[in-house]
Amino acid sequence: MREPWWISLIKAGVIVNLIMLAFAYTTWLERKLLGRLQNRYGPNRAGPYGLLQPFADLVKLVRKESFFPVAARHPLYIAAPIISMFTALAAFAVIPFGAGWQIWRYHVDGEIANVSIALILIFALGSIGVYGAIIGGWASQSKFSLLGSMRTCAQLVSYEVSLALSVLGVVLMGQSLNLVDIVNKQGATIWFFIPQLAGLMVFFFAMIAETSRPPFDLPEADTELVAGYHTEYGGMRWGLFQTAEYINLITLSALAVTLFFAGWHGPYAPLGPLWFLLKVFVFISVFIWIRASVPRLRYDQLMRFGWKILLPVATINAVITALLVVWVS
Amino acid sequence: MSPQPLDSVKGFAVTFRQLFKKPITQQYPEYKRPVYPRFRGRHRLHLHDNGLEKCVGCSLCAAACPADCIRVVAEENTPENRVSPGERYARIYEINMSRCIFCGYCELACPFDAITLGNEYEISEYSRDDLIYTKDMLLAEPIKKIPVADRDLYDTPIPYYKEHS
Repeated sequence: MREPWWISLIKAGVIVNLIMLAFAYTTWLERKLLGRLQNRYGPNRAGPYGLLQPFADLVKLVRKESFFPVAARHPLYIAAPIISMFTALAAFAVIPFGAGWQIWRYHVDGEIANVSIALILIFALGSIGVYGAIIGGWASQSKFSLLGSMRTCAQLVSYEVSLALSVLGVVLMGQSLNLVDIVNKQGATIWFFIPQLAGLMVFFFAMIAETSRPPFDLPEADTELVAGYHTEYGGMRWGLFQTAEYINLITLSALAVTLFFAGWHGPYAPLGPLWFLLKVFVFISVFIWIRASVPRLRYDQLMRFGWKILLPVATINAVITALLVVWVS
Repeated sequence: MSPQPLDSVKGFAVTFRQLFKKPITQQYPEYKRPVYPRFRGRHRLHLHDNGLEKCVGCSLCAAACPADCIRVVAEENTPENRVSPGERYARIYEINMSRCIFCGYCELACPFDAITLGNEYEISEYSRDDLIYTKDMLLAEPIKKIPVADRDLYDTPIPYYKEHS
């Protein structure tokens, strides 16, 4: 039974706000955990355990003067962070987080939109998100921003190839591009991270690069390159870029959980969304752990790793999976 | 040396172990780290036991000051108005703390040990004018107390850290 449109609308509103909240506390978790991994406390002044820190940051960013460079291309300069933010938020719409519930006489799906090509939609939105970085760097009319945006899109485009190829194995095994079908298939058979370990590894590395997190954070490289495409941004416009990046991290973690770790399924207890949340939390924590442990790659190392290691591995994995799937059935 | 893949895994173990250690951060406004006994902080002007000021307004400190931040205007002591035991006293004694570099030359130059550098380091203000300290402020006890490390531990001919390292 299809759910009525107004339930989807309410759900979308709720989920968007939950995602923003999750983003806020991802930044808190990152700073706190990073602090502890480096023998520091992390934020501990705003509220108990620094729990109000994200809101203090928000107030600070919103109240900041919204300057822009005189030479900036005005509409595009404003549009760039909005594009990044929109694509980041929209991609979460197709991630299933629960099996669906029967509330009174309405059926509520465990995702906002049940799209038959959900996986392609996510990658398509991710590709559009790159425009945020390109346009933002170009419209700033600063050569450093332009160089930064070129660096960023070179990285994002290179790793998008591996990212998309790495999930081909999962698509072949799940025999669907619909994320709900893929999760259900995993619940019925086996979690795909076991047969698709190579795919998972490639997805994992490509995902770090896609969300431009250390050690692949060349787009920002705060310490030596002083940010890239968003050098000329400040206040909440910069905040939107940052938000988009963290939401991409959450979305891709959720996607990894969906594709390789059976989404809301879990052993022992059918907790549904709680299992999903727990797995995403573990993923994000691992990302933070990686950030605390490894130094940034050099640019040529980054490109070599992407094209000479990840891409061949992903391709071979896809071919072998295809052969095995045909052979078994 | 060729890259060792295992070494980067070891690095992860190292960072993970830190999770279970207590952070070494000193929470500053609550915990003030004791300063060394010879730490040079905010200036003090001193009094004799009988209540007279030690400063005689000789301006040697102002002459010694490399940052040129001390201003002394001296005046004759009279029998009705005796402020210091000498011939003259400092009618105005000002230190511009925004210029002071805490070198301690004033302390060395002073023939009567009237000025010394104390241990207080929390001397930030909201305006530059507030950083010009007058004689009354320098004579008064500092409001904020700073913990000072054990003199026996540090104020030795051979520094403690050299002896124990």
